[in-house]
Amino acid sequence: MATRSKVSASANGQPRASKKPARADLIPTEWGEAGAIERLRKMMLIRAFEEKAEELFSLGRVHGTMHLSIGQEASAVGAASALRVGDYLLNTHRGHGHCLAWFGSDEKLMMAEFMGKESGYCRGRGGSMHIANVDANNLGANGIVAGGLPISVGVGLSIKQRATDQVCLSVFGDGGANTGAFHESVNMASIWQLPVIYLCENNQYAMSMPMKKAFNIPQVSDRAKGYGIPGVTVDGNDIVAVYRVFQDAVARARAGQGPTLIEALTYRWRGHSKSDKQAYRTRDEVKEWQAQDPIRRFGRVLKLSDAEFDGHRVWADQRINEAVAFSEASAEPKIDQILEGIFA
Amino acid sequence: MRELTYVEAIREALNQAMAADPRVFLIGEDVGVYGGAFGASAGLHQQYGAGRVVDTPISEAGIAGACVGAALTGMRPVGEIQFMDFITISMEQLVLQAAKIRYMFGGKATVPMVLRTPGGSGTGAAAQHSESLENWFVHIPGLKVVMPSTPYDAKGLLLSAIDDDNPVIFVEHKLLYKTKGPVPEEPYRIPLTQTDVKRVGQHLTVVATSMMVPRALQAAEQLAAEGIELEVVDPRTLSPLDDAPIIRSVIKTGRLMVVHEAHRNGGFGGEIVGRVAESEAFDYLEAPIKRLCGLDVPIPYNRTLEAAAVPQVADIVREAKALVK
Ligand SMILES: Cc1ncc(C[n+]2csc(CCOP(=O)(O)OP(=O)(O)O)c2C)c(N)n1
Ligand SMILES: [Mg+2]
Repeated sequence: MATRSKVSASANGQPRASKKPARADLIPTEWGEAGAIERLRKMMLIRAFEEKAEELFSLGRVHGTMHLSIGQEASAVGAASALRVGDYLLNTHRGHGHCLAWFGSDEKLMMAEFMGKESGYCRGRGGSMHIANVDANNLGANGIVAGGLPISVGVGLSIKQRATDQVCLSVFGDGGANTGAFHESVNMASIWQLPVIYLCENNQYAMSMPMKKAFNIPQVSDRAKGYGIPGVTVDGNDIVAVYRVFQDAVARARAGQGPTLIEALTYRWRGHSKSDKQAYRTRDEVKEWQAQDPIRRFGRVLKLSDAEFDGHRVWADQRINEAVAFSEASAEPKIDQILEGIFA
Repeated sequence: MRELTYVEAIREALNQAMAADPRVFLIGEDVGVYGGAFGASAGLHQQYGAGRVVDTPISEAGIAGACVGAALTGMRPVGEIQFMDFITISMEQLVLQAAKIRYMFGGKATVPMVLRTPGGSGTGAAAQHSESLENWFVHIPGLKVVMPSTPYDAKGLLLSAIDDDNPVIFVEHKLLYKTKGPVPEEPYRIPLTQTDVKRVGQHLTVVATSMMVPRALQAAEQLAAEGIELEVVDPRTLSPLDDAPIIRSVIKTGRLMVVHEAHRNGGFGGEIVGRVAESEAFDYLEAPIKRLCGLDVPIPYNRTLEAAAVPQVADIVREAKALVK
């Protein structure tokens, strides 16, 4: 299928391996060896967090529901790598990765929120779908598909009015791109040339709805044309490739040249939420994508031995275990404070 | 009689309505292969195909609008909004289009559509997946609002809602889906706008809706052991409301408590209380009226806080005792 984007995709939406090693396969010099390892570890931390959350859920120690981004970690860490402290994030229901990749994030406070503890990011009132860290300009995950998109217009306007060079990262899924909110948001950001970067994490499904049944165009990024903004499709399982397209988009946004629509092709390994029988896809398809594990791929780029690779994962597991211990030792919210925080 | 769960009763009603009338079709997010987020349409896609069990993109305004358009043009759509919270995105189509088209067109159009949606808290899904927004629709002339509390009512009311020539907002409850009760196999209809007395008692009238009905019945059971008899009244259809049985009951008991999960502020309880205050039952009241409702707070994630935010059996027992004393 033909696209104007930087990487092409095969008919089933999977990224094709390119013949010669692209520029994006190399480690960015500005990261350095240490920076690259740090990013690998960040992806592992996200993976470890979500695997633990899943385990705790099955043990009944975390309740409600959750949407795991296992398999999509490169998109979150690649995007954040091109941003800086002071930028804004509007996140989705599948946003644990972005939250952890964001500046100053603390997996302890996240885990405590999962457990509904007073010490959590939202004092236990929000849970998985509503985690925010407002002090760090992380304006929150959202339980409403595309709920953050109109908000990012306001953030972009505010940045413009305050004449800062901040940028707003607005994340949504392929499903989110079919809401009315998407249209209104992207159009407004375009006509006003707002510094908003629209990141569509196209993980091929909106719950059970396959991307190719919900769109009559090959790629979500094709829609950018209708709004007069650049649109790029990128291999979302390649952290460096994601970083590169973000660099361009961020530079344009900071220079007052308006929004960009970035479509990161990726795949969620787990079911949509905790109650998904996955009757709409095959095991083989899942396996094919698992072979594109963004973490293993980056490990190979870094030429790590198995022992080195595993060592980083041990580090991540340790941090997550500490987060669990912290959360379990934390206090429950008090019922007599239930009405706190409704009005300022 | 055979027992079904509430969600099975809904599925059976959908199935029987589709079998009986080719104009009936389902539309919503993940209603097909997935079977609906709570399984209400499980298996119907296999039975009737993608043409009559229509999976949509995430487009709540579009789903509501598609129902309005199909209903206006001879079909009888049954839409599903995955969680009642997301109906906020459908509001324009429901309130400004579906509800008003017939009136605005001089009575020359009909909008025979049903929009099913699960409301309520108790699943730990926090503030954007736990809303009870029924009263938003009660306020709008032109919409009917139905809220079944048992499997039997769910089936009979849904079949009537599908038959009805008006837009019906059909509010289910996530915690009721797995509750069981007797449900006849053949299709049957419970008229809309028919309040039901779920338990007869002489000391206190408890008007309860949806999930609060089984809770009120449990409370009644406990209180009966102490000699306090609650009369539990379930409006079933909130709008248009059949208020006569409520008024009769208050005349009999002299006391009224309204229990609902939605926030008290602007909630349906105010409407019930208003109707009683305007009626001849007013003279019979022997105690102040009580509204026992959800706190005026977004539903919190933490389990303990979540439970504290909406009426529980113990709350009903406590408040009933205080009123009857
Ligand atoms: C307005 C709204 N409609 C429906 C839902 C239920 N829902 C939650 S996530 C989801 C699928 C979203 O798909 P996508 O945007 O592709 O994100 P993904 O889950 O794949 O990350 C649905 C239908 C919701 N939360 N909000
Ligand atoms: Mg998706």
